[in-house]
Amino acid sequence: MGQAIAFYTLAAFILGFAVMVISTKDTVHSVLFLVLDFLFVAALYVLLGAPFLAAIQILVYAGGIVVLYLFVVMLVNLKRPPEAHQDPHRMTKFGLGLSVAMLVELGMIGASSYARSAPVLVAPLAAIPVSGNTEEVGWLLYTSYLIPFEIASMLLLVAMIGAILLAKREL
Amino acid sequence: MIDNFVIPLVKILIVLNATLVAVTYMVLLERKVIAWAQSRLGPMRVGPYGILQPVADAVKLMIKEDITPARADKWVFTAAPIITMVPALIVYAVIPFGPEVSLFGRQVTLYITDVNVGLLYIVSVASIGVYGLILAGYASNSKYPLLASLRASAQLISYEVAVTLTLVSVIMVAGSLSMVSIVRAQESQHVWFAFIQPVAFVIFFIGGLAETNRAPFDLPEAEQELTGGFHTEYSGMRFALFFLAEYANIIVVSSVATTLFFGGWLRPFPNVAALSFLDFIPSWTWFLIKSFVFLYIFIWVRATLPRYRYDQLMRLGWKVLIPLAIANLVVTGIVKVLLL
Amino acid sequence: MLITPAHYMMLSAALFIIGVIGVMVRRNIIIIFMSIELILNAVNINLVAYSNQLQNAIGQVFAVFVIAVAAAEAAVGLGIILAFYRNKETVNIDEMNVMRW
Repeated sequence: MGQAIAFYTLAAFILGFAVMVISTKDTVHSVLFLVLDFLFVAALYVLLGAPFLAAIQILVYAGGIVVLYLFVVMLVNLKRPPEAHQDPHRMTKFGLGLSVAMLVELGMIGASSYARSAPVLVAPLAAIPVSGNTEEVGWLLYTSYLIPFEIASMLLLVAMIGAILLAKREL
Repeated sequence: MIDNFVIPLVKILIVLNATLVAVTYMVLLERKVIAWAQSRLGPMRVGPYGILQPVADAVKLMIKEDITPARADKWVFTAAPIITMVPALIVYAVIPFGPEVSLFGRQVTLYITDVNVGLLYIVSVASIGVYGLILAGYASNSKYPLLASLRASAQLISYEVAVTLTLVSVIMVAGSLSMVSIVRAQESQHVWFAFIQPVAFVIFFIGGLAETNRAPFDLPEAEQELTGGFHTEYSGMRFALFFLAEYANIIVVSSVATTLFFGGWLRPFPNVAALSFLDFIPSWTWFLIKSFVFLYIFIWVRATLPRYRYDQLMRLGWKVLIPLAIANLVVTGIVKVLLL
Repeated sequence: MLITPAHYMMLSAALFIIGVIGVMVRRNIIIIFMSIELILNAVNINLVAYSNQLQNAIGQVFAVFVIAVAAAEAAVGLGIILAFYRNKETVNIDEMNVMRW
């Protein structure tokens, strides 16, 4: 019962803030709504029993990536709003209508899926010899998924070099 | 029912009130210590030896006019001091002041809660505090605060990396992320982590000085530069909130340093039975004494060292502290694998 | 009422669609990038919900990788925006047509 209340509250906030992100005219307010959205998603992760991922979400996403967005927004703060003139090739209303249709379709799928029972799950994979959420994630990251881990670190290194080169004033 | 709601609520109230009182009195402490370092007396007028000075300061700030700049973004302008203050206060939820004691017939733990990702929670909450700085400068709608806030936030996020890397090496030695487990690990390994991770402690302390915008890294808020930094346009209670948030951050860094590196609530040599006569001093008193020593060192450093220039500051953060922290991490890993 | 992974999937799908609407409708490229972050978060919610149901941390490991890739993409993308802004003084994607026919 408490879990249901928590889920619905968090879901309402997440979706509400997401709609505010894409519909606010002022870019800085949009970024701030994004931060709030990420904080509520982190709360959702705690509800789902993933406290390590919640802390990582706040630390990396809300505290790192969105700070980067905020910096860039403040550096490119223009005098005239960027939505000044409309491109005639753009079919905004058609796109909006299509998205609404998708949402309705999704709602119908969701409503009909409650009638069917959940499928039988396959047996869980090999047991991990550590307990605790952080330890489990760490164990998997360093044993079964070591190669993606190393590749991800390469990716971050390349991204770091690329970002520095792109944003330098003189080359 | 009582155990789940009432006791944590009481603990939260006690910790919050104690923190806020400590923060206001730290202002007086700083003025006194810096005065003594400069061979003068500091505030002496209000109350005996100036004890009531924080009360006078609080009244003054509360009755001052609350000015909002003309075309400032009202919501963000109001929210920025709050965003700076809240992370400094909610970190106290995981800081352990002592182990379990029996109080009025029940076993009560002297910490509000023990999350098993406690240290990660502290680091992530601290990274939210950067927003207050950026938004304060942006919302003031004026050049000097904007530049100062961009500088301050760049400084904060640079030193955050070094501090997080040192915390990782502490986690490697302790074997757990939970703050209480780190203190217990120091108890079971018979040594405070400052002695087996000295480099980590030094980097953490310097990074803590930079994270809290504290001298010698206080360029973003110094009056002689950039006319007062990111809180130029703030007056009255909002300005007070910024300052209280800074001092609350200093107390947080001291508390975390105490817990991670100096044994938290443990007395010196907790496993040596010959010194058990020191046990009459309760555990939380040891914690407060050690935190107070770090607070004093913070103020002492401010009274002593000159200010860093901004490019020197960034060079120190990126070119000295981060490589040192990574090297410390590698050496810790190697030693742990070879010796165990 | 029991919260099944189906609920989380609906939430994730709704967030995904809001992100896609943001990408398609807005013209400020920074808002488009932020909508892409919303899409990535929707995927993460889905992964963590199923990781919770199957009691296996694999979903969370995948989510960590998604966060890492999102960080890399945000850094490089914002670098590109900054470099473009220095040349053309705009963040409207309808005016970012230097390489068009």
